[in-house]
Order: sequence, then C-alpha cells, then structure tokens
Amino acid sequence: MERELPIQFLRDMLRARRLEERLAQEYTQGNIGGFLHLYPGEEAVAVGVLHAAEPGDYIVSTYREHIHALIAGVSMRAIVAELFGKRTGCSGGMGGSMHLFDAEHRFMGGYAIVGETYPVAIGAAYAVMLRGLPEAVICFFGDGAVNQGTFHESLNMAALWQLPVLFVCENNHYQIGTEIHRHSAVTEVYKRAGGYGIPAEKVDGMDVEATYRQTRAALEQVRAGQGPRLLEFETYRYRGHSMADPGTYRSAAEVSMYTAQDPIAAEMRSLSLHYPDPETLHALGLESCETLCRRYLDHGHLDTQGLEALEAEIQQEIEDAVQYAQAAADPTLEDAWHALQPNWPHQALV
Amino acid sequence: MENLTYWQALNRALDAEMAADDTVIVLGEDVGLFGGTYRVTEGLYARYGAQRVRDTPISEGSFTGLGVGAAMAGLRPVVEIMTVNFALLALDAIINMAAKIPFMSGGQYAMPLTIRMPGGTAHQLAAQHSQRLEHTLMNVAGLRIVVPATPQDAYWQLRQAIRADDCVIVLEHELLNFEQGPVDELADAPPPHRAIVRRSGHDLTIVSYSRMANQALIAAEQLAGMGIDAEVIDLRSLSPIDWQTCVDSVNRTGFLLIAEEDCRFAGAGAEIAASLTERCFHALQAPPLRVAALDLPNPYNKTLEQQIIPQPEDIAVAAQALVRGQRIPQEDRA
Repeated sequence: MERELPIQFLRDMLRARRLEERLAQEYTQGNIGGFLHLYPGEEAVAVGVLHAAEPGDYIVSTYREHIHALIAGVSMRAIVAELFGKRTGCSGGMGGSMHLFDAEHRFMGGYAIVGETYPVAIGAAYAVMLRGLPEAVICFFGDGAVNQGTFHESLNMAALWQLPVLFVCENNHYQIGTEIHRHSAVTEVYKRAGGYGIPAEKVDGMDVEATYRQTRAALEQVRAGQGPRLLEFETYRYRGHSMADPGTYRSAAEVSMYTAQDPIAAEMRSLSLHYPDPETLHALGLESCETLCRRYLDHGHLDTQGLEALEAEIQQEIEDAVQYAQAAADPTLEDAWHALQPNWPHQALV
Repeated sequence: MENLTYWQALNRALDAEMAADDTVIVLGEDVGLFGGTYRVTEGLYARYGAQRVRDTPISEGSFTGLGVGAAMAGLRPVVEIMTVNFALLALDAIINMAAKIPFMSGGQYAMPLTIRMPGGTAHQLAAQHSQRLEHTLMNVAGLRIVVPATPQDAYWQLRQAIRADDCVIVLEHELLNFEQGPVDELADAPPPHRAIVRRSGHDLTIVSYSRMANQALIAAEQLAGMGIDAEVIDLRSLSPIDWQTCVDSVNRTGFLLIAEEDCRFAGAGAEIAASLTERCFHALQAPPLRVAALDLPNPYNKTLEQQIIPQPEDIAVAAQALVRGQRIPQEDRA
C-alpha cells in the first residue's frame, strides 16, 4: 500500500465523521428536514471502497448515502446545500438527504425504497458491458435489503450476463431495529451470492485498509470482465437508524464494544504504530534515501501538530459548506417544473 | 404505404430505431429467440443479437429497474412487459424510479426509457389478465403515456417514444394486435401526444382512446343511421392530454360523451370529464356523460365479460340519450 493512502483514509474518515456530527446538529436545529440517516461507525467501508474505485466507475447508493457521495467526490457544499433543500444542492433541492445525485461524478443516486439499488446498478452495468469499457458499477446495500426480491433477481441477471458490478453489503447487523438473526435465515450475506455463482467474501468493515485492499482486488476482476463480485463488510452504526430513531433496541454494552473497535481510532493507532522508520520505507520500495527522509518528516509532523491541522482544515471545510448552504437560495416552482420536465420546453408534444 | 397489422407496425418501429441507433436495446420475457408473445420483436434477435435483444428471467421489478439504470448510463432501453398486469410487479421501478429520478436529481438525469405493455380486455383472460392500468399511471407526474389505436399510430408513437428523453409508457391493446391498417413509414408524424379527430360531426363529441376509439367510430356509424352526427376524437395520449382539440370540438357540439374500457370510478374518463367541464362549462348543454366498464374485476364468463365493458351499442344508446336530454341510469353498485 502506498504511504499516502493511510493519511488520505484518515482525512476522509474524519471528514465523514465530523460532517455527520454537524448534520445531526443542523437537523435538531431544524435546518434539515425529513429523514436523516447518519453514517458514524461505518466510515471505513465508504472510504476504503470508494478509494479503490476509479473516476469512471458508477456508484448507486441507498438512503444512508451522504458519505458515499462525499468520498465519491461530490462537493461538501453541494451535499449540505441539498440537505438544506437549496437550489445549489447536488439535486437542486428536489431530492434531499435520501436522494443525492451527481451525474458528473457518476453518483447515480440515493434510493429510499429498500432494494432499488440492485436493478439500477445492473442497468448501468449493462450499458458498460455493451460499450466494452473497463468500468465498474458499485452497488451499495444494507443487510436489511437482502430479503427483497430485487436482490435475488438482480444477482441472477448480473451473474447470468456477467455484468461488471461490485455488490457492496454494508452489514451493520440491523434492519432498522431488527437484528440480523431475526430477519435472515442465513445471517452471512456473502454466502447467498454462492447461489448465483458469484464469488464473494466477508471483510472486516471496521478496518479501512482491509476494505480498500479487498475492494481493489474485487474491482480488478470486475473490470477485467470476469463478472460480478460481492463483498460483505461487517460494520456497525453508532447511532439509531435515523435521527427519528433513538436506537433503544441495542444494549449499551453492544454499542460500546463496537465503539472500542472504532475505525477512526483504529486508523490513528495504526498510523502511530506503523510510524515509518527507515527500514519500513525501504521495504516499501521507495527509491532514494532522500525521499525516504522527507516523507519520514512529513508523516512525523502529521502525527502530532499535523493531526490538529487536519482537524482544523476539516472544521473549516464543514463551516464553509454549512455557511454556503445557509446563504443559498431556495429553488423556485419554475425549477421544480424544470426538474420534472427538463426536455419538454424544447418539444412539441401536443 | 402498405397494410400492416398493429404488431407488424410496432415491429417495424423497433427495427427502424435499432438500426438507426446502437444504444437502443430491447429487453423482456421471450422477446429474443421466441420473438415476443405478440410477435412484436420477431426477427430482431437474429438481426441485432442477444445483447441488444435480451431475453430476461421472469423478474419484472428488476429488469424494468435495469432499464432505468441503463437509461441513466446512456442507453435507450425498450422494456417489454408481457402484459399490463405484470407491470404491477414493476411499479416500483416505473413510479418510484423512472418517473421520479429526473425530478429527484434536479433534472440531471434524463430517462430515455420506453416501457411497452399490451393490456385491456381480450378474450376471457379473467380478472388477473384483463386489466387496464391507465388510471394508476396517469396519476404519476413524470410519465408520458401513449395509447395508439391504429397501426400507423403504433408505428409513429413507438418510434417517438424511443427517441424521447422522458420515460414513455406505450399502452398497447391486446385485441388490436392483429388488426390491420395502412402504415406510411415515410410520412411525417404528428406530435406524439396530439389528439386526432377520427370522424367529424356537429351533434356531439365522443372522446375516447385505444381500442375504444375504434368502438366509438362503429357507434358513430350507428348514430348516423339515427340522424345523429357524432364527432369522434381519439386522444392518442393520456399524459399529456391534448385538451385544445377536445375543447374546440365540445365548444362546437355542446355535448360530451366519454367512452373508456377501464372501470368508471376514478378512471381516465373522470379526469377527462372534469377537465373539459372546467374548460367548456358554458358551452355544454348537458353534463358530460361517461360510458365505462362496470367497477368490477373482469369475469371469466364470456357473456359477463362482454357485459361489463362498453360495446358500440352502449356508446350509441348513451349518445342518443345525451343529445335528446334523456337520463341514463348509471350502473353504480357501490
């Protein structure tokens, strides 16, 4: 693994965590309406998976998708503005928290009906297959979504036609408030892929390096035309299902057990544990002693004041995004008609 | 100009668009090797191959959703749902996804998706295979719905649907598939949602669509024998509806009769009656009248099946009563 990656991972995981914490505040202050499904605890999945993706890959996500959008490259300003329902939001203020879209980043939406991501993903994959491009489609879903008919229908078609899709299960063990052993006869999601001949693996979703590594390997196979792959990431959300859910169905002990495995804390620990000494850098295959020393110093700085600076920089980005969203204009009714009928003014339909 | 059946016209339209544009793909149950349950995709598999003419599993929800995703990624999919009835399994993809993604994305994503579905009352197919679904789909903002009644319109409107950047539902009628009519493949098509006056008359306006428009024409001939000159408008489209053509006619005749095969309650006719009353209230000499199916699931029994959907005679009787100021007992059983 390249040396910059752990720093990028840490940076993006902190961006994700701090943004969602801020969004929870904005929600309680009434700046965000509707349902708000937050991601803390699951960052290592989004960050690892999406760092392993290429810019040309398509992403299809669920209603817990702010961080997927963020890591996929959608600007924080556009995300927060959308959550505030503003005209400059990434969906023009028409979609809100559960429907982030950004065509430029091939972010094909957050979907609020459980099980909708699979067919959209295999459809995009069908287009990729017809064009013969080395692109992949990343399809997110939760453990609660594997009992929808579309899961089975779409896995079958993806395998049958060897479509370039990576199915990414974020198994946080809960279908809203129902624990997995109470909603699924087979609780290891990856085993279900075997029924369709799709190679699948279970990955520690709290370890960002593992999520990155396994995704990278799977995507290489998908892009090489070897058909779909499925990865099940074992993870955990610290909060309730949405801001409307206090999460009282989980014991304090259970939550704290997973918080102890906190992916961000783990990443910070691993950075300091693997603080690069000359031998490590040499083993990484870096070419010159000078480069090694420079990086050594760089990484050394990050470990102390560098981290504080990183946090401050992230805080600044969030502040900027929230201010931008607050100042942004609301969409007009004209905008709504345009969103519904973007092509109509140019056509004589009647 | 040649004489084609309705299914042949649809087949020619698909062939023309697939030849013109590599991004057009067809998918559905038995559309490939078998050539389509109603022969509409006959020959396309041999011409364009298995990737562009895709036989799917019986997975309506997901293959229609696949069409949505493929449309978002730049293809122009034509999804065939074998009959309207099975579209109920795909309503999530149609209503929650295809109709709403352009809007929810703030207009970023177009939805160049065509969904074909033959439906209507055929011959004793019973309650689960004889439905009309226009009432459900008309109420969904973000869908366009065309309802061709002739082979020529089937040809034109399917081609236009495929070229459209919106989701267009092509509601075909199972009993029209083997009806013949002239098709001019070179003529300029009217706009896809413009209504057409199929018969001019000055005593009353009959507004109808799909197969029932043809039934209304038969009724108009019967009425002519009774000295009543009916104007018959074939809407050709249920969303949007070309109100101007209807308003012009009703303002001239002063009487509005709506003929539909769907159930009366909350059906397409209710919208047509309400909208035209709002627009033509002062020109109307009597309240609008609807001739529609009884609010019943289709009975299997042949006689009963014929009784619940309007026949040309029913349309003629209602028209006669309307212009002569007689009351018609409504078959409301609720």
